Amino acid sequence: MDHLNLPVALALRGVSKRFERPAVDALDLTVYGGEFYALVGPNGAGKTTTLRMVVGLLRPDAGSICIDGIDALHDPVAAKQLTAWLSDEPMIYDKLTPYEYLEFVAGLWRIEPAIAEERARDLVGWLGLEPHAHERCEGFSRGMRQKVALAGALVHDPKLIILDEPLTGLDAGTARQVKDVLRARVRAGGTVIMTTHILEVAERMADRIGVIAGGRLIAEGTLDDLRRQTGTTATSLEDAFLTLVAEQVAAA
Amino acid sequence: MSQPASLTWLAGHEFRLGWRDWVSLMTAGGRTRARNALIALIVIAIILHFFAYWTVAAYADADLVSDIPALVGITGLLVLSSSLLLSQAMESVTRAFYSRSDLDLILTSPASARKVFAVRMARIAVAAVVLSMLVAAPFINVLVLLGGFRWFAAYGMVVAMGAVATAAALALTIALFRLVGARRTRLIAQVVAAIIGAIFVIGLQIVAIFSAGSLSRFAALQSDWMLRHAPQISSAFWWPARAVLGDYVALAAVTAFGLGALALSIALFSRRFGEHAVAASGVSSATVRQRRWTSGFRWRSVGHVLRQKEWTLLRRDPWLISQTLMQILYLVPSAMMLWVTFRTGNDAFIVVVPVMVMAAGQLAGGLAWLTISGEDAPDLVATAPIAGRRILLAKVEAVIGMISFIFAPLVVVLGLDAMAPAVICALGILLATSAATAIQLCFRVQARRSQFRRRQTSSRVATFAEAFSSISWAAASALAAAGSWGAIGPAVIAAGILAGVWIFSPSRT
Repeated sequence: MDHLNLPVALALRGVSKRFERPAVDALDLTVYGGEFYALVGPNGAGKTTTLRMVVGLLRPDAGSICIDGIDALHDPVAAKQLTAWLSDEPMIYDKLTPYEYLEFVAGLWRIEPAIAEERARDLVGWLGLEPHAHERCEGFSRGMRQKVALAGALVHDPKLIILDEPLTGLDAGTARQVKDVLRARVRAGGTVIMTTHILEVAERMADRIGVIAGGRLIAEGTLDDLRRQTGTTATSLEDAFLTLVAEQVAAA
Repeated sequence: MSQPASLTWLAGHEFRLGWRDWVSLMTAGGRTRARNALIALIVIAIILHFFAYWTVAAYADADLVSDIPALVGITGLLVLSSSLLLSQAMESVTRAFYSRSDLDLILTSPASARKVFAVRMARIAVAAVVLSMLVAAPFINVLVLLGGFRWFAAYGMVVAMGAVATAAALALTIALFRLVGARRTRLIAQVVAAIIGAIFVIGLQIVAIFSAGSLSRFAALQSDWMLRHAPQISSAFWWPARAVLGDYVALAAVTAFGLGALALSIALFSRRFGEHAVAASGVSSATVRQRRWTSGFRWRSVGHVLRQKEWTLLRRDPWLISQTLMQILYLVPSAMMLWVTFRTGNDAFIVVVPVMVMAAGQLAGGLAWLTISGEDAPDLVATAPIAGRRILLAKVEAVIGMISFIFAPLVVVLGLDAMAPAVICALGILLATSAATAIQLCFRVQARRSQFRRRQTSSRVATFAEAFSSISWAAASALAAAGSWGAIGPAVIAAGILAGVWIFSPSRT
């Protein structure tokens, strides 16, 4: 993908966040419009903290965050209008049905009801939720809950979708549906940023992969780029990832 | 050392869990908080002993064993305490079946489910007894100190009451499992527990209103009708009261009955524990269909969307409604009082005003916790393109809307009889509601709505502030309704509580 001609969907500059110890350390990251970007890293590397700062759930101690040219720290409402956040724990209401949930989300994002309704119907159909569309979510399995949450993330047609381990605990069929929907988003010009521990998913789906460790971006690029950066003959992302992280640990 | 999976081994495990829960509840894991909690407990114990001295010292030397009015009063007190104990025990027994914390582990292990159940029921009985003893101890201690060791017998009565309450709670819960099935038992048991906890107090108040025009529950117990219809002095009906007064034969009989009832109920029902617990575990996957969506998506403001969501979630959650039911139940005597006042035209409505203000404050506290802290999708709301202040405002509006819906009819009825007290009552309700909501805003945490029962333990400062704020606004409203400038005093106290909460609130620091 030629990035020179693409608009910047997300730009992080010198972003830092410290809890008891630095979680994210002067991180620079650029994601382009229409790109599928996977953020991988060991546990506690700072992936989730980074993404939570992007969507406004955490405020960075330092640095700047721009979403589609909007300074997310100075105008968070405008930035949020463009983004959707989906975590590994589906954020839905047990006592609402999927349609009611989607109507609620569309209301929060102030989407025209007729448009939101049409999108809700499409999403419910694509994700195979039609038979359960009028049932309360309280009896749903984890996979179904995640599908409802994903539909909620897409119903307001965000330019930037940010997902934190969206495939955790999903069966193969549901995971395939989620991946298909995300691919379709990217084909339609949307931008997807996703963290995952499943390196095969990152390898197959992402245009570019960022490897984060110790709160810093230690490598970035396509799988070929990462292979070159490791200077090894690693054949898979897993091999390249383990080499990169081992180097980082040794350096630390 | 006991054998693994034996009764004593399981009891030791339960004791350890119970102890750690209690310590965590009191200290929240901090050493400083542990010291503060200890100091607070000592201060509260001293205050309670002074209060007990003021209340019961006069009775310490009295010979009340043959005094029918005294026996009626003590029996009434015992029934009142037992109803509260039974309510608490039903909650605990229901939780023992439905809580999944370690049941899956236990039920899939080769340990005997029957033994586990026996130990858990014994733990509930012990917890009921310990809690009752903590409440009764200051009164009993004062009576022992001033009236002699015979009053120690009252502690034995507390043990008997705890055992009987647990046995009855167990029998009622198992009966519900058999009658209505696992899906409905949880909700019905909790509603029944709430009603049992309130019904005796409310019943006595209603009787007192009709017989003496008073909200005092003891007025009914000492009425001529009650004393005329009381059993003979030699009746076994008085054994529990006699046991409290130091009649050791009565004490032995009552304690034996209590412990026997508990042992029998555990022996009878423990065989079915595993079966009922497994049935309870399947309840969460039940499917509830909503009415078909016909009208389509509608345009609403963000505030309307958020308020509607809160009201819909509350309306569809009978468990939460049952949890807030207690506070609404306490409005029944007020409504009765209002009706009697309206009918007879006297000025006793002054009593109604503080009860309504107090109930509104308490109810608002619970509802505010649900809307502000009990957000099941906090990330969704926080990542929506809406200013944080607008979200909080919509949630506050949702609380005030619900309170208005409940209290407006009562205020209107009051206004038909006396306009000025009705206006003062409405103002008091608004102030108590706003204060309780503000306290919840200051102490907001992130929690799931299902954790509602534990809200009072998540911040004791918030719980006490909420209670004292409601009491102060109730007192101010009562005095204002009576036309007294003294209303300014409690109003200032209420404002002071709110200021203190704001200064020390975690959301500010």
